[in-house]
Amino acid sequence: MHILDIVQNSIVADASRIEVIIKEDLSENLFQIEINDNGKGISPEVLENITDPFLTSRTTRPVGMGLPLFKEAAERCDGELIINSQLAEGTELKVVFKHDHIDRAPLGDIKGTLISLIALNPQIDFLYKHIYKKDSLKNNNNNNNYFILDTAELKKELEDVDINQKEVLNWIAEFIKEGLKELYGGDC
Amino acid sequence: MKSLNELKELREKLQKNMSARDKSDKVNIVVGMGTCGIAAGARKILQAIMKETEKRNIDVVVSQTGCIGMCEKEPLLDVKMPGKDRITYGNLSEKDVEKIIVEHIINGKVVEKFAVARLEEGGE
Ligand code: FES
Repeated sequence: MHILDIVQNSIVADASRIEVIIKEDLSENLFQIEINDNGKGISPEVLENITDPFLTSRTTRPVGMGLPLFKEAAERCDGELIINSQLAEGTELKVVFKHDHIDRAPLGDIKGTLISLIALNPQIDFLYKHIYKKDSLKNNNNNNNYFILDTAELKKELEDVDINQKEVLNWIAEFIKEGLKELYGGDC
Repeated sequence: MKSLNELKELREKLQKNMSARDKSDKVNIVVGMGTCGIAAGARKILQAIMKETEKRNIDVVVSQTGCIGMCEKEPLLDVKMPGKDRITYGNLSEKDVEKIIVEHIINGKVVEKFAVARLEEGGE
């Protein structure tokens, strides 16, 4: 998955807060990734051509090639990619896939991606929310579960200790690992 | 389940040995994370850096940079040792990271084989 590349766009756009929201809903056969930032936004003209691989790489170099690839991946899985952006306010990106589509790429190492991002960009706040909803009939007790990690909150706890120290990063990695394990309730 | 309390304890521990050390006397590693850097495997490089520094228990500050105009040499990383020149390494694979960390950061010898640029800022 191209999450890292997409988030990189937000970083280049000077975002101070970036949200990565993943929603898996098995009963609706939905797999959705949302990436929102408060960066400087994309102008309407650029937005129009943003997922065209040829135009993107040539005229708007700062925008990663991740977008066209992401769009292609979504469309291959009967999904879609939606981008909304407002200059000076930020960008919202949403990609929807069919959960069980045979061509859907696995989520990949989301923990590694997040840890890299936090390590490299201690000044940015990252929110990671992962919602996992199973078939409602079979698993009433574990329905509509979610995991959340908000580095703004962690920073509050840490006070003057840097978030990108390796002991802290290790802690966060464990936190994500356990959180996702609990979220999937043993079926990942 | 991990709790925020645990994080608090960790904070107290870290605060104690934080002392007066600041970033300028730490080793800095900068990874090229432009589009082509990521495509060339910058993420793997980054993970290798974190793994190696963890394993050998060395304290480094890792940060990123975007396009540095050396696409064909990606993935790239810079090593800046306190009081020494900044060295850029290129065309790296994961296993080269270990060599750079051992040779350069631990033993203080530039790995000429992978070095692609040297920026003099030793006096800084
Ligand atoms: S994007 Fe790699 S050097 Fe420009």
